[in-house]
Amino acid sequence: MDDALIPKGVKRCPLPQFLGVLGVVQIVLLWGVVAMFMCWIKGLNQTNMNSYYGFALWIWADLAVIALGGGAFFTGLLKYIIGKDELKYIINYAVLIGFICYSSALMILGIDVGQPLRGWFIFWHANVHSMLTEVAFCLTCYFFVLCIEYLPLVLENRQLDKVPFVHNLSHNMHEIMAIFAATGAFLSFFHQGSLGGVTGVMFARPFGFREHILIWPFTFFLYTWSAAACGPCFTILVTKLTEVFARKKLVKDNVIHLLAKIAGWMLFTYIIAKTIDTVYWAVVTAPASGTMLGSFYTNNAFYGYWILILEIVICGWVPALILINRKTRENNTLLWIAVSLAALGVTVNRWVMVLQVLAVPVLPFEEWVLYLPSWQEVATTILPVAYGVTVIMISYRYLPIFPQEIELNPIETEGPPEGGTESVPAQEAETQEEEKAGEGDLQPAEA
Amino acid sequence: MFPFSFEWIWDTVHMVFHGGLWYALNIIGIGMTYCIIKAVYDTVKGNGGHHH
Repeated sequence: MDDALIPKGVKRCPLPQFLGVLGVVQIVLLWGVVAMFMCWIKGLNQTNMNSYYGFALWIWADLAVIALGGGAFFTGLLKYIIGKDELKYIINYAVLIGFICYSSALMILGIDVGQPLRGWFIFWHANVHSMLTEVAFCLTCYFFVLCIEYLPLVLENRQLDKVPFVHNLSHNMHEIMAIFAATGAFLSFFHQGSLGGVTGVMFARPFGFREHILIWPFTFFLYTWSAAACGPCFTILVTKLTEVFARKKLVKDNVIHLLAKIAGWMLFTYIIAKTIDTVYWAVVTAPASGTMLGSFYTNNAFYGYWILILEIVICGWVPALILINRKTRENNTLLWIAVSLAALGVTVNRWVMVLQVLAVPVLPFEEWVLYLPSWQEVATTILPVAYGVTVIMISYRYLPIFPQEIELNPIETEGPPEGGTESVPAQEAETQEEEKAGEGDLQPAEA
Repeated sequence: MFPFSFEWIWDTVHMVFHGGLWYALNIIGIGMTYCIIKAVYDTVKGNGGHHH
């Protein structure tokens, strides 16, 4: 029924099957939407946030999706500015994932501010001494950039592309995409960094406070670095997952391996810097504030040294070493493990820097305060996942996201008269079909 | 916030923060305006681009 909208030369599942799966995802989405409206109508008393936890599950999810969406700006930087042209085969998907991550982040913030109608205050009545103002500015502008990067893909839909103005607009946007990509990289550098800077400048919380380079704490650089390292890993992970669900190869191995190699070296250098930062903090910075390393990881029911080992060793060193070594990187199972661990690692890092910071007692008479989110917080945090799956499903079905899909998945067509079938690239098959159809028609000149 | 707003102060922080914001918004705005005007021009002239 929707064949006319599906890109030429690719095969998609029947519409009822597609709608069935999409319907299941919409149930989860609806659950999140109900919770979102409860928070808007009844207020933030629907959450378990309190005076200890002004930042809670939402802000963790916000920082995590922003880091995971970092694949868009870093892949764009590599493709458009540094000139890694092979990445053109995955840049569309990186942009789509970035678009989903950043729109989710803004959606979560829209719930978290409690008074979304006053959201514009941060732009007009800006507190220029706050790192979060910089985050709001850059995040919003970068979301515009992602919309601009995603728009040509939408315009390339088979039917839309037939409209001359739409076709020309899409073409012109491709022509100057490098300018948008450079702006995106500039904005991303600052908002990723400022998100890290928020904890790094809090000298009253020794767990988060770090030494500075000029006005920037080390966490400023570590956040940008980790997003540039783990964002592309998440892009690879989602591409691999899409290939599993689509039951076909969508991107050639050499493209994946190139991105994995660059992400691996970024992760390797990041984890060296992170380890040095952690050691310096444990040996110099924290003791200078009258605290000991052990006081951050003991005497409570949840946070132990395990989380430090999980973040730095298991989800940092292990994937970095897998990805920088050619043999291990090109082993499919190890690649799956490495990109999954890297994506998990950056989310653990954000959890630690948002929630463990608030759990640690900072005064002698205080105790550890742990936090359990309410179901409304959980539902609104899962909402972006359902939203992301929805956008990916629709985009994959109707837009030419993967330029190598046709070449990698030739459609089976009727073979020569001797019988049997043969595989030809789908686009070629369509051309042949069109030629066959045209054979019976008299062209005007011939007529 | 613009310099003519009552909250505005002529100091480095305001100029850097808001200068960065306007810089980014201007690039986005000018870039998109260029694409749209050129698309209208190309359509009227009957020029068709090709995709990459």
